[in-house]
Amino acid sequence: MIKLVDVSKEYDNGVKALSNINLEINKGEFVFLVGSSGAGKSTLIKLLLKEEEVTNGKIYLNDIDITKVPNRRIPYIRRNVGVVFQDFRLLPNKTVYENVAFAMEIIGAHPREIRRRVPMILSMVDLSRKASSFPDQLSGGEQQRVSIARSIVNNPPVLIADEPTGNLDPETAWEVMKALIDINGRGTTILMATHARDIVNSMKKRVITLENGRISRDEQKGGYELEIPNI
Amino acid sequence: MNLRFRIFKNIMKQGFQGMWRNRGMGVASITSISAVLMILGIILILILSINNFVMDTTTKFDEITVFLEDDINDEQMTKIEEKAKENEGIVSIIFESKDQALEKFKEDWGDEAYLLDGLEKNNPLPNSYIIKIEEIAYAQNLVNSLKGLDGVEEVKYDKEIIDKLLVVADYIRLGGIIVIAILVFVSIFIISNTIKLTVTSRRREINIMKYVGATNNYIRGPFIIEGVLFGLIGAIISIFIVYYGYEYFFGLVNERLYSLFSVFLIAPTMIFTDIAIIFSAIGIGIGALGSLVSMKRFLNV
Repeated sequence: MIKLVDVSKEYDNGVKALSNINLEINKGEFVFLVGSSGAGKSTLIKLLLKEEEVTNGKIYLNDIDITKVPNRRIPYIRRNVGVVFQDFRLLPNKTVYENVAFAMEIIGAHPREIRRRVPMILSMVDLSRKASSFPDQLSGGEQQRVSIARSIVNNPPVLIADEPTGNLDPETAWEVMKALIDINGRGTTILMATHARDIVNSMKKRVITLENGRISRDEQKGGYELEIPNI
Repeated sequence: MNLRFRIFKNIMKQGFQGMWRNRGMGVASITSISAVLMILGIILILILSINNFVMDTTTKFDEITVFLEDDINDEQMTKIEEKAKENEGIVSIIFESKDQALEKFKEDWGDEAYLLDGLEKNNPLPNSYIIKIEEIAYAQNLVNSLKGLDGVEEVKYDKEIIDKLLVVADYIRLGGIIVIAILVFVSIFIISNTIKLTVTSRRREINIMKYVGATNNYIRGPFIIEGVLFGLIGAIISIFIVYYGYEYFFGLVNERLYSLFSVFLIAPTMIFTDIAIIFSAIGIGIGALGSLVSMKRFLNV
């Protein structure tokens, strides 16, 4: 599903963010990406979304080498990858329903299909009752679940979550995790970058640890093994 | 096809929505486009009127007179005629005899023609060819080809007046074009700033659209439509102001202008279609270009 072959990224200012990353994530996996700030997590995600270009190497998404995809085709690549961010990124002047429907309108989905699918996805993340609320009327956990609903409404095979629980307290964080686990259970591959030690340790899923732009660990049923820096 | 139509409909809808939401700034854009087009209209009418005047005048000078020597023989005359016919742009070649020339003179002098009485016997006027040409531009070559031929005394046409006139007209046209170019540039700048404000206020939305996989055209579309609508509204307003304004001015001034300088202004009905087309095209162009310029920075993610 996702495969990185010898991927390196050096920014224009000379910072080496990633060096010789080799990685394969299979369909249906739930993978945590951990590492301290500056280890290269964000860069890796940006490369997968083609927000940044690799310096070296190849990245395959669904067997397509996205490093070779021309810029104007990027939108079509992104339709295969749902994204969830730490800061939710919802449209404040649209309701929950409209925020989710928006993602379908963009790709020109049939109105009938939108009316059918949006309520279904909202019930999946347990937000049916909030369909006509505006984002600022929701809790953080609810907002993040709206954002998850939006990211999967077009049925992408892969979902990338960049610290989705970063802004949430532990309890609401678990609401969000439940939604992600549920989505993973329906076959979507999930790659989640996180600092949440508790979540990683209790989920017993594959954990990839990045340190200084290299993969230092890659364990099935792993844990959050990074040392807490002495402050 | 169906999918494309839905996407197109979405873009149109968002464009109109954007214009409505952004109407405060929109008024500023529309006003500036209208103002630019109005100035453009005035310059345009000025140029067209001057063009009209120049054209009118040059056709009055589309004759070349070849004066012939008195002792010319038939052979020389046919040669001159043939030589003249070799040139481009010849409309007609008419021979005017001494006697005809005198008749014309008398006509021109009207009541004072009696002063010319008695000249018939010793007519000082030469025989001549009057050559009509299509355009004054053909004159120089024709003159050169006839000068110095046997039997030709002199070739005359009002070169200097016409040359000066053409040069002046050229300068006025050039000046007009420069002023118009500057104004168009300024209004592109104004509209791009207006659109930039909308774009900035909707940066969040644009960002999300990108991550969900909206194509650049889908993101750009509504803003371009917004810009085009501003441009079009500005154009329509200025078309009416310029047209009715000019019509009023024309009614006020044309008669007097003609009696003073024997010059007509160009009639308002003659230019309405041209102005409508030119203004709409420029308004739409300014709007679309302005949006494109302001969007450029935001699409590079």
